[in-house]
Amino acid sequence: MGIRATATEATARRHRRVPAGLAASAGVVVALVAVAPVYLLVRASEATSSSWDLILRGRTIALTVNTLGLAGAVTAAATALGVTAAWIAVRSDIPARRVWATAFALPLVFPSYVGAFALLAALGPRGLLQGWLEPLGVDRLPDIGGFPGAFLALTLFTYPYVYLVAASALRGVDPTWDEAARTLGRSRWYAFRTVTLPLLRPALAGGSLLVALYVLHDFGAVSLMRFQTFTQAIFLQYKAAFDRTPAAILSLLLVALAIVVVAFEQRARGRARYHRTGAGSGRAPGPVRLGRWRWPALVFSGVVVGVALVLPAGVLLYLLVQGLAEGVPFNLTVGAIGGSAFVSSLGAVGTVAAAVPLAILSARHSGSVGRAAEGAAYVGYALPGLVVALAFVFLTAGTVPWLYQSLPLVVLAYVVLFLPQAVEPLRSGLLQVNPRIEEAGRTLGRTRGQVVRRIVLPALARPALAGAALVCLTAMKELPATILLRPTGFETLATRVWTSASAGLYSRAAVPALLLIAVASLPLWALAGRLGAPEDGR
Amino acid sequence: MNAPPVLETRGLAKTFGGVRAVDAFDLDVRDGELLALLGPSGCGKTTALRLIAGLERPDAGTVAIRGRRVAGEGDWTPPERRRVGLVFQDWALFPHLDVRANVAFGLDRPSADRIEELLDLVHLRGLAERMPHELSGGQQQRVAVARAIAPEPDLLLLDEPFSNLDAQLRASVRAEVRDVLRATGTTAVLVTHDQEEALSVADRVAVMLHGRVRQTGTPFDVYAAPADGRVARLLGDANLLPATSSDGRVTFAFGAVAAPMPDGPCEVLVRPESLRAVPDRRGTGRVVHVEFYGHDQLVRCDLADGVGVDVRLIGPHPELAPGTCVRLELTGPAIPLPVRA
Repeated sequence: MGIRATATEATARRHRRVPAGLAASAGVVVALVAVAPVYLLVRASEATSSSWDLILRGRTIALTVNTLGLAGAVTAAATALGVTAAWIAVRSDIPARRVWATAFALPLVFPSYVGAFALLAALGPRGLLQGWLEPLGVDRLPDIGGFPGAFLALTLFTYPYVYLVAASALRGVDPTWDEAARTLGRSRWYAFRTVTLPLLRPALAGGSLLVALYVLHDFGAVSLMRFQTFTQAIFLQYKAAFDRTPAAILSLLLVALAIVVVAFEQRARGRARYHRTGAGSGRAPGPVRLGRWRWPALVFSGVVVGVALVLPAGVLLYLLVQGLAEGVPFNLTVGAIGGSAFVSSLGAVGTVAAAVPLAILSARHSGSVGRAAEGAAYVGYALPGLVVALAFVFLTAGTVPWLYQSLPLVVLAYVVLFLPQAVEPLRSGLLQVNPRIEEAGRTLGRTRGQVVRRIVLPALARPALAGAALVCLTAMKELPATILLRPTGFETLATRVWTSASAGLYSRAAVPALLLIAVASLPLWALAGRLGAPEDGR
Repeated sequence: MNAPPVLETRGLAKTFGGVRAVDAFDLDVRDGELLALLGPSGCGKTTALRLIAGLERPDAGTVAIRGRRVAGEGDWTPPERRRVGLVFQDWALFPHLDVRANVAFGLDRPSADRIEELLDLVHLRGLAERMPHELSGGQQQRVAVARAIAPEPDLLLLDEPFSNLDAQLRASVRAEVRDVLRATGTTAVLVTHDQEEALSVADRVAVMLHGRVRQTGTPFDVYAAPADGRVARLLGDANLLPATSSDGRVTFAFGAVAAPMPDGPCEVLVRPESLRAVPDRRGTGRVVHVEFYGHDQLVRCDLADGVGVDVRLIGPHPELAPGTCVRLELTGPAIPLPVRA
């Protein structure tokens, strides 16, 4: 009976009529999301043979190799780092385990361009280390620019994505499986490889996908490190050339790469769904004794946290103090704070407003309409900020000059890029409102509109606020779209870091960078509470 | 007594957060036998098993397997080198591996023949390609047993392996597992809190209370001659009647028996099936309530002095309604026991 009721409900959800107002507003949002890819496709299809020549020259192949090489190397390294850190933080008896558990996640607060600039300021050609070593007669350090620098920066500041999913998945892997393997005569390492690791695979696939997409989309770190990838080439192409078609084609290639990566992840995830069999003992076993491995584990943890967290934070603080002593002007930063707050708040409001119709459709209509709404919301994840910005520039520059390089255009780009972050909480908020409650409202003599006003909207207030806060924080860190679309002279914290750091004026970049990190660490405080208190069972 | 026992623990102790889970735990397991470690929940059975398997380190005491010390006094052999198999309470089948791969997991050179042989043994032929979640509880249980005996361990430990099965399935799976252990000559320790399971399956029963082995013996021995009242209760329904001992005779409500007990108060164990209740207007007992199970029934009677006794009678006895006055007759053994400390 229960099954039948559910099936009927599902059918009803599929066949429910979509109200016209909802359909129209969702249509506008979907159109906005579709603008960038459609424009790029049209533009690329108009390509003349000369622009194809430009694309098909060896440089594109080199770019592809560079981009994929960087993405592959960073993903592999970040996954190895993340899994190791997760195992140490969840399973081992390392001293001060909870402190490490939190510290491993913290490098997440560095936007890659801030991290890259901190590394350059420390180890780069005009960096602190160089300065300290000069009196000792070392006048030239090996250049960390290019691949090594980009690899280092992106690995250090993306491994926490893998760490977080791996740590949470590891808590779900019953240690009894490990014990079963050992009573069958297998070593701990064998058990880890053949049991734990395969069970972590779906989570690791998700985490490495995040890292791979991050690398593909990254513009700030690779540019500061002067490593030629697609994003950097697109940006240079856009700056240098009159013909915009090559930039459009490169952008499409980049999007195609991202799609290939996503498809690859879907395959790597595998079909198997893993779940516990049997009722389960629920026994929380003690942590694994590291024994003589305690020192290597401590060294590993110390190095990772040292290079990814302490070093960049220390460099920024040092630069801040140095800047204060040298009297670096801070008035520009004050303006940038205002700019950041203003444009990100607008972005947050706009994104949440755009997310509402999509969230309603995907939560309340399970058929193709619902799925389409959900899919549209997630396009933003696949589109690099630079590509969206570029499409908007090309579109508006010729046709709607009043929109070109205006704040509304920046906000629209934020909407496209950050839509998923606002749709997700709204959708789950809506799923928690039982449709039966709405039906109860109707049977109590209320109109549909009254029910929405008095039941649905109040339930959405909190998720909407959460989504807005998240979008606001992410938008503050956003770099490429802001650089390309902002009105001339408009500054945010991100653009201040960027212009100062790319000009080598490190002490000027320190203050806005530190402010950005402070902003970025806000959501981590909530997360740290959960990380610091793993289910110990004792 | 020439070959060393397969398992020998001496003075094993383990404390968790101030609680002594296992304390002065001594146990010998002989070659080829199936020993049931019976105890109430929380008595430290599972911890003892984990100490033997090497999944926990003892705070004190030693574990020896086939005369080789594997834990204690500075020795430590990790679980993977103890040749001790373990069937977990929740079976812990690897969820990402099919039945074949689960069974082959502990085999260094798994041959198709050997896997087939093992699957035949546990009646799972033809299910080699199934994933664990596609199996019923009883089938998963049997995969767990096949996986554990595949590497031919010196000792197999089973941690409440039947407690996750429903009652109807439990008896048949239990008998099957016992047959498999017999057929393969596997020496095994079965941990359970179910006295019926311990008595019906095992060659010997070790009764565990408060972290230590209180009594070891054949099922008949421990049932008929329990060491004390707590052991008696653990092994089945028990009437423990107040008694007095003097000059080698123990006197209680239904008479007196000869027993070498120190003079003073003691107890007498009378199993409910060793009593008979006969309606009798002048009887000293009165029926309080009746639990009718079909093939037998448990009749609770109050004696004149306020002592309650249970009487088990085969078949229906409608004449014994609550309130009926009865005469109680001893039809089986009465076992004098020292009074609890």
